[in-house]
Amino acid sequence: MSARRWLLVATAMLWLSGCTGIEPWVKPYERDRLADPIMSFERDPASAAYTRHVHDAREAARGAAGGSGGGCGCN
Amino acid sequence: MTAAMRMRPDLCLPLLAALLLGVPRPAAAAVLPEDRADVLYHYYSGGGVTIDGPSVLVRKQVGQSVSLSGNWYVDSISGASIDVVTTASPYEEERTEYSGTIDYLRGSTLLNLSFTNSDENDYKGRTLSLGVSQEMFGAMTTVSLGYVRGSDEVGRSNDPDFAEDLDRRSWRLGVSQVLTRNLIAEFAFEAISDDGFLSNPYRQVRYLDPNSGRGFSFEPERYPSTRTSTAAGVRARYHLPYRAAVSAEYRYYDDDWGIDAHTVQVGYTHGAVPRWLFDVHYRYYTQGSADFWSDLFPFQNAQNFLARDKELSDFRSHTVRLGVTYDLFSSPIGFAERGSVSLIYDFMRFDYREFRDIRGDLPPGEEPFYSFDADVLQLLFSVWF
Repeated sequence: MSARRWLLVATAMLWLSGCTGIEPWVKPYERDRLADPIMSFERDPASAAYTRHVHDAREAARGAAGGSGGGCGCN
Repeated sequence: MTAAMRMRPDLCLPLLAALLLGVPRPAAAAVLPEDRADVLYHYYSGGGVTIDGPSVLVRKQVGQSVSLSGNWYVDSISGASIDVVTTASPYEEERTEYSGTIDYLRGSTLLNLSFTNSDENDYKGRTLSLGVSQEMFGAMTTVSLGYVRGSDEVGRSNDPDFAEDLDRRSWRLGVSQVLTRNLIAEFAFEAISDDGFLSNPYRQVRYLDPNSGRGFSFEPERYPSTRTSTAAGVRARYHLPYRAAVSAEYRYYDDDWGIDAHTVQVGYTHGAVPRWLFDVHYRYYTQGSADFWSDLFPFQNAQNFLARDKELSDFRSHTVRLGVTYDLFSSPIGFAERGSVSLIYDFMRFDYREFRDIRGDLPPGEEPFYSFDADVLQLLFSVWF
């Protein structure tokens, strides 16, 4: 994907973020359980990075193994 | 957080114009990474190789919009894997990696830029990453995009004149979605493209040689100079009625060397005991071999590309994890708000389905398939401040 196309996707993403009428079906005050650290995909980043490294060094597969930075929006 | 500000569709174009003109957007509430320091000691022992070392990660917010983080990581490697036992001499080496990241928060958008430098005596890697995450739909959804560019220099310790380059590029897409008040899921896609010297300058392949006493000889492996892979994964976590969570994930991998792979993992985290967290998970991994892979080629230079690296062969692995975390303190002590210590143990089992263990005296092609176990230990101290 060219840098220009990548920029277009990023711009569209920003645009969409401000233009939705979708009501969140899980209200912010209902996200206490999602905010619990036990619900984090990578509770300890140093440990998660090391674990990925252990697998990457011994397997042909690579990528899409987490760390995408998503959150639950429950701060 | 409060619900992200939503606008009517008729305001979209003005918003886009405002974006392009650089007018500040209404603030929403994504968050910067937490301020914390982690000191990790890691230990791996398996297949005749021992690797251990420290990793130190510090993340600190600066002002309201910026967070900085730095990581120092060392692998001290000693021993002799089966490749080394059969084709070379045991060795010791050290890899040191430094990385730094800047996160910048603006409204519901999080931008990050990171740089990683990795040094070994015969390999240098430099990586630059750019990423953007955007919360949307009332912070129910987070979309992330990333681009990674790497530039490596491949050397050979016994040949100072040997120097080859490798360029790496990666494109990432991630979507995190709140599904219910107990369930969150993520989707990730990543395409990686390599261009340059992809072989290992030490690794050998073997071929049938009637003139050799053992019936086979070795020659250097030879890989294509490009490789493109795609991987897609989904994972989910569900909060049980008491303080515990179950998790599941799956990843599919495919590349133009003919390798496909599946990864499945299920886990359970138990937090119902005050100050303690217990983790257990099982991970299953299976892959096919590269098109140009063979344990025993019929003759020297049998084809244009040659591989006998067991990491490119047909194999499966199993990992069982047991982890325990103890909260050392949960009320502030000095600058520290809370602290914890974790001990994590992984047992790994690798079963190769084509790669043979040639350490015995059996005729070529009749040796048993190779397998080995590995123990992986992590001791982690964390402080939040």
